[in-house]
Amino acid sequence: MATDVETRLDSRLTVGEKIPVKLVIPVIVIGAIIPFVLGGYATFQGTLIMIYAIAILGLNLLTGFNGQFSLGHSAFYAIGAYTAAILVYHLDWPVYVTIPIGGVVCFFAGFLFGLPALRLEGLYLALATFALGVAVPQILKSSHLEGLTGGVQGLDVFRPDVPAFLVDNFGLTMDQWWYLIVFVVMLLMFWVAWNLINSRTGRAMMAIRDNPIAARSMGVNASLYKSLTFGVSAFYTGIAGAMAAIIIEFVAPDSFTFQLSILLFIGMVVGGTTSIWGAVFGGMFILLIPNFAEEISTGLSYAIFGVILILVIYVMPSGFAGLVNLLRARIKKIM
Amino acid sequence: MNTGRKLAITFAAVAAMGMAASSALADKMYGPGVTDDSIKLGNTMPYSGPAAAYGQIGKATAAYFDKINKENGGVNGRKIEFISLDDGYSPPKTKEQVRKLVEQDEVLLILESLGTPTNSAIHNYMNKKKVPQLFVATGATKWGDPENFPWTMGWQPSYQTEGKLFGAYIMENVQDPKVAILFQNDDYGKDYVHGLKEYLGDKADSIIVAEESFEVTDPTINSQMIKLKDSGANVFFNVSTPKFAAQAVKKFRELNWDAVFLNNSVSNSVGAVYKPAGLENSKGIISLMYYMDITDPANFDTEPYKKWSAFMDTYYPDGDKTSAFTAYGYLVGQTMEQVLKQAGDNLTRENVMKEAANLDLELDMMLPGIKIQTGPNDFFPIEAMMPVEFNGEKFNPLGKVVSVN
Repeated sequence: MATDVETRLDSRLTVGEKIPVKLVIPVIVIGAIIPFVLGGYATFQGTLIMIYAIAILGLNLLTGFNGQFSLGHSAFYAIGAYTAAILVYHLDWPVYVTIPIGGVVCFFAGFLFGLPALRLEGLYLALATFALGVAVPQILKSSHLEGLTGGVQGLDVFRPDVPAFLVDNFGLTMDQWWYLIVFVVMLLMFWVAWNLINSRTGRAMMAIRDNPIAARSMGVNASLYKSLTFGVSAFYTGIAGAMAAIIIEFVAPDSFTFQLSILLFIGMVVGGTTSIWGAVFGGMFILLIPNFAEEISTGLSYAIFGVILILVIYVMPSGFAGLVNLLRARIKKIM
Repeated sequence: MNTGRKLAITFAAVAAMGMAASSALADKMYGPGVTDDSIKLGNTMPYSGPAAAYGQIGKATAAYFDKINKENGGVNGRKIEFISLDDGYSPPKTKEQVRKLVEQDEVLLILESLGTPTNSAIHNYMNKKKVPQLFVATGATKWGDPENFPWTMGWQPSYQTEGKLFGAYIMENVQDPKVAILFQNDDYGKDYVHGLKEYLGDKADSIIVAEESFEVTDPTINSQMIKLKDSGANVFFNVSTPKFAAQAVKKFRELNWDAVFLNNSVSNSVGAVYKPAGLENSKGIISLMYYMDITDPANFDTEPYKKWSAFMDTYYPDGDKTSAFTAYGYLVGQTMEQVLKQAGDNLTRENVMKEAANLDLELDMMLPGIKIQTGPNDFFPIEAMMPVEFNGEKFNPLGKVVSVN
């Protein structure tokens, strides 16, 4: 019989677990206050962190919970971003609507990519997704799509003003408004992910990761689950990409290089694979640590980033989430 | 009576002093990032990533500000604090870094940020925030649009400007010109062709006898070259990137095409184009330049080169003295210095922008006759270039500068 502590450490055993409301509510309150305490730039950074967190969570659903590698999530991020940008730039759609559409387009893109990817395992899948990641920026630049994508020059995305009643009553700025939108979207996405993982579906996803043969013999439709997970993962990343396009107010192929895939991957590992809320720390890491490294030395920023990364992995082999869980377990023992 | 008079004089004196004091205050107007002894300028550069070679531009500019801080005590007694951050040529990172510079570091302006997509990402932001985005290091044409973007200004000649200057060269030097154009089918290629046509005006249709485009993904441009030669043109205008330019030079000789070969500055490179195409084949190609060729030994004895070389040795010793980027950064630094000098003690963002649009400046490393000139409706600082002919080793100036005006 597993103890309470062991149950928490192993997400396979947490089916049907309730959200720890006592922990979540203070986090929500703090998160909602942040934009009103910090300045515009910090709020903007906070918004980017949350966007990265959503994308990292998407990758984590695929890699951490389903065991499929992807080095091509920058492609889905780009598709989400370009869907939003094209709808706003060419068709004048309201920006708010483009966020879910970016996600849905990515869901189909991810699902379709997941079908052929079924034949590929481990390293081979990593290479196939890598190919996708490096191809997409070139496709976006290609002259055949230039009318749509704006080619190398990219597209501007114009954000509408903050709704007048919010400005009049609360003095909300553009940064605060979009922080709050992204915050709500993030909470929603995290809630959905929580319910997905702590359900029969989530258990099936993890069973495929841990022992595909056993899962199949238990009657789990592995192909369908794997493709669907690919779709859901891309959906998350697409939502993040669409919001990123709106926050940056500009998309260009150079925004979605292969390096972005690697950053998301780093964020996932640092935050903790098989952790949902760890994604927030992953987002913080990939946004803040490069800036920190640059402050130490401009010329050696990536070397410093590398050293920090190695230290972090050494100290927290199961990511930030693993460390927190471990500390909680230790504290419980002492008590 | 006497007392009254004294009193009146006293009042007058006090009033005069008050006025003097208030006018002194009015003279010293500071925007964000400016104090009595410092001015903060911001910048973004790709110090990492695939475009990291451009980082030399930022380092050279930073070194130039070091020089004037040390040797002249800055500009008008204020030291320049140049904060240059890495954006890795990634537009989202540029936006983040620029917001940090503007909102957290509170710089007076952003100078010489590099790259077209990266600058595009901050174009709207800078103009909404009314922060000068000065002398951006990119050749796109959209940076000179004072009506819609009054806070953004380019520096180097834009592709369109260069296209116009080739038009000027053709009209001044070729009798009965018939022009054939090879261009890359994208914004860059179209900008050049657009500039040329704009300069030629009504005559464009009769002078341009053939236009052939190619895609950047095409393997060769041989068939385009054959068609262009068959048009009977006596001027060949090449608007292509180095790989295709080298092919064009080779094919041009293979076809024994007797025409003036005009080459755009994007491919005006000995290492990347003329050597692969054969130096013998490349003789006689005409291109446009605006600052000194720092690799040409003939320039080593000139005063401007010596000055620059001494600057490099002292302030940027590990910089590459054969890279045009280092000269570029040095020249932009000087341009900025002049703007700040002109602005005097009125260092608001508005006034700096006004002075940036009020330049008439000669820099010593520029080729003779090429000036930096701007006006309230002219946000293109460099609009003249020197035609040069490649002689198989180096570029020989052809004497007369061509200008848009």
